[in-house]
Amino acid sequence: MAQIGYSKKVMEHFMNPRNVGTIKDPDGYGKVGNPVCGDLMEMFIKVKDDVITDMKFKTFGCGSAIATSSMVTELAKGMHVDEAMKITRNDVASELDGLPPQKMHCSNLAADALHEAIKDYKGKKKSPERGSKQQKEDTRKDSKQ
Amino acid sequence: MPQQQCGFRDAKVKKIYLDHVSSKPIHPRVLEFAKGYLKHGYGNPSSLYSVGLEAKRILEDARIKLAELINGENENSIIFTASATEANNLAIRGTALRNVSKGREVAASTIEHISVLNPMKELQKNGFTLNLIPVDSMGVVDLAKLDEVLTKNTTVTSIMYANNEIGTIEPIREISTTVHDKGLYLHVDATAAAGYIPIDVKADGIDLLTLSSNDLYGPQGAGALYVKPGIKLQPILLGGGQERGLRSGTENLFAVAGMGEAARMAKDEMAQEARRLKGMRDKLIEEIVTIEGAYLTGDPTQRLPHHASFRFEHIEGESILLNMDMYNIQVSTGSACSSKTLEPSHVLLAIGLKHEEAHGSMVLTLGRSNNMEEIPTIVKAVKETVERLRKLSPLSNKGVM
Repeated sequence: MAQIGYSKKVMEHFMNPRNVGTIKDPDGYGKVGNPVCGDLMEMFIKVKDDVITDMKFKTFGCGSAIATSSMVTELAKGMHVDEAMKITRNDVASELDGLPPQKMHCSNLAADALHEAIKDYKGKKKSPERGSKQQKEDTRKDSKQ
Repeated sequence: MPQQQCGFRDAKVKKIYLDHVSSKPIHPRVLEFAKGYLKHGYGNPSSLYSVGLEAKRILEDARIKLAELINGENENSIIFTASATEANNLAIRGTALRNVSKGREVAASTIEHISVLNPMKELQKNGFTLNLIPVDSMGVVDLAKLDEVLTKNTTVTSIMYANNEIGTIEPIREISTTVHDKGLYLHVDATAAAGYIPIDVKADGIDLLTLSSNDLYGPQGAGALYVKPGIKLQPILLGGGQERGLRSGTENLFAVAGMGEAARMAKDEMAQEARRLKGMRDKLIEEIVTIEGAYLTGDPTQRLPHHASFRFEHIEGESILLNMDMYNIQVSTGSACSSKTLEPSHVLLAIGLKHEEAHGSMVLTLGRSNNMEEIPTIVKAVKETVERLRKLSPLSNKGVM
């Protein structure tokens, strides 16, 4: 039978999302989506020796947007960044016991946000002085909260 | 927030159903009236033996009750269908196709229900000209524009009595004057309005009017189209010629009998029930708009008595719906994420909201099961929901973007 509505696991993560918030001076920052489309995610990571030691998110969006954000932080925390780059949208969805078909495309952006944060981290590692535009945005936002 | 172990609502928390615009429970008195026809009403109203004649009597009784609700000329002006969607289709396609000799233009407001807009677009694909009439920021049809675009070739203009998503009541009498001055026939979708505000097809100047059974607390599976005597339609379902040849197919006796009884109840109790609902609605609006970044959508005064619709900055409607359900409160939203098309509500866009604003909508529609004692519980749940989702959101007035 086709899945009707969200799985229990999606609802559990929606109601009790893990790792909500921001990180000051993150080692990597990723932002995907757009409020015009109804989904916007921000991911913050702290990295030591290429291992993700801490991770936070903020998400504007529907139930699956929030649940996938929460799930991806659980999956990636403690992982080597190269391993975390391999986490796919499908991995996140199956860890949540599946998502309704129409949600697979538009609101399963959490893995993408994670990948953006890791790319940002790697970019900074190459040129540590420069600091990304995204990080500046983040610092600006953090200071206002 | 209620204690959540695994994120699912506590079954002990009393349900507060606030989505009466989407679906209503059948009223116990309607069910009591009609249930006998579910069990025994197998006679075909078209058959001449006694069982068939009894079925015919039930059908005609329901027809009279519906005509009385809207002050129709007589019971023959009521055509039963299987849904309001079907009635809208029959009204628009039936009128446009039957009257091509008079013109090939149709018109509708931009906030019509999709079961009006889609038949209109289908006609457009087949060579008709479709004129969409804009609305203002309150959702009121632009009368000057209506006057400007209608011509003697406009055979059917469709404007809803009141909008289901924002609650705005349209100035139907003024619209009727313009339509009859410039065009030919006025179709009014009264699905959301019937049973809440008085409708008088003669005084209002309405040629065709759509009604829904379930929206009157009747069973699902029945709708009706009022057709002013003298107006010719082309049927869209062909067959045995039931319903004066306009809607073939054996009538759903249980649903139609229930719809008739629901219409009778609505007529008798409307004034009192509307007053009761309006008191609750006003209290809800008064409290909810005090939340920062919360706005009423639709007209504040020309508004259905049971309808309170809002938008909230920086949060998304499907999340609002899911979060409210955790309090065992059922609401609806015009957010893209809860729609099949993944587009936000065309109504919210038509009143000038940006996409990101339309995503944060919440619609509360009160009904017979609700009472004033529930209002503080609802308001508290809305406040906590908005607060929680805003804490999760990267957006704020200071702006991340």
